[in-house]
Amino acid sequence: MDVVKLQKQLVDYRASLYHEAFLDEQFTQLQELQDENNPDFVVEVVSLFFEDSERLLNELAKALEQQSIDFKRVDAHVHQLKGSSSSIGAQRVQKVCITFRNYCEEQNVEGCLKCLQQVKHEYSLVKTKLETMFKILAAGGSIPM
Amino acid sequence: MGMAAESQFHVLAVDDSIIDRKLIERLLKTSSYQVTTVDSGSKALEFLGLHEDDTTNPSTPCVSPNNHQEVEVNLVITDYCMPGMTGYDLLKKIKESSSLRDIPVVIMSSENVPSRISRCLEEGAEEFFLKPVRLSDLNKLRPHLMKTKSKDQHQKQEKQEEKSAFQSPKQQQQEKEEHQQQQQASNNKRKAIEEGLSPERTRPRYNGITTVV
Repeated sequence: MDVVKLQKQLVDYRASLYHEAFLDEQFTQLQELQDENNPDFVVEVVSLFFEDSERLLNELAKALEQQSIDFKRVDAHVHQLKGSSSSIGAQRVQKVCITFRNYCEEQNVEGCLKCLQQVKHEYSLVKTKLETMFKILAAGGSIPM
Repeated sequence: MGMAAESQFHVLAVDDSIIDRKLIERLLKTSSYQVTTVDSGSKALEFLGLHEDDTTNPSTPCVSPNNHQEVEVNLVITDYCMPGMTGYDLLKKIKESSSLRDIPVVIMSSENVPSRISRCLEEGAEEFFLKPVRLSDLNKLRPHLMKTKSKDQHQKQEKQEEKSAFQSPKQQQQEKEEHQQQQQASNNKRKAIEEGLSPERTRPRYNGITTVV
């Protein structure tokens, strides 16, 4: 695939991620922090986000399976997930976390379980999108600034 | 020591989130600061050469094998919400310590809670940044760092006083920050908390500018 086509593909793909609110301007900030001296910054941060999120989603599932749910603990995990998704610009994940925290405050089990499903879904969507974008990058496209 | 090069400012960043630590480190390095990151308030105090229960030790804590007093820290930037010692607790400990209280402290938080913000500012925090922190936020650090440097340099201080005979240094700083703020009008949404705060602290947009949100 020639470079021009790849570039276009990348630009379009990236635009769609913003358009559909998978990513917000914070992601742009991350890209601006990347330079020749730190060429892998975005990939590194996003990889940390993937690792951290998966850990948190596991913890959340465990916490919500308990007989007597510790909502403070659940809320603490969601707070962390909300923070990290906000830091990389994963807007849809962040939004679900906000709703999730409200349910925690209300100690609403059903609401929490629903949100857990939703956040898992949004997380897997943004993960796929970002991985696709990195694949295009690796294939030779570059992100025009 | 001649003119201090910018890269000599050493910032200690404290955050329990590995993602945010990476982010703040990159932001600080991009702004030409030397950075050390730690993941907790207690580790921060350790690095600063202070022990948790040691609030009044005026000089070198001789007990610790890791005496970091030679490693100068010019500013501490810390997350507010951390397990164990919060950023607020850390701020208090620093301000209560005679050896550390002059180090400027900046608090970061993902939550825009006015009472939290005023509490931190009242306890002596220089700034309160909403997360995610941007490069433009870090520009606000410079005046605080320059202030610390000029404390040892009387000449610089005299020059400032000469130049601004009618203004207190704080007003001067406010104007400087105001100018920066005007250039960042698009960041208004991040400063939603200011409306209710006392004008005494360094929340510089109080001189008649009401278009905050």
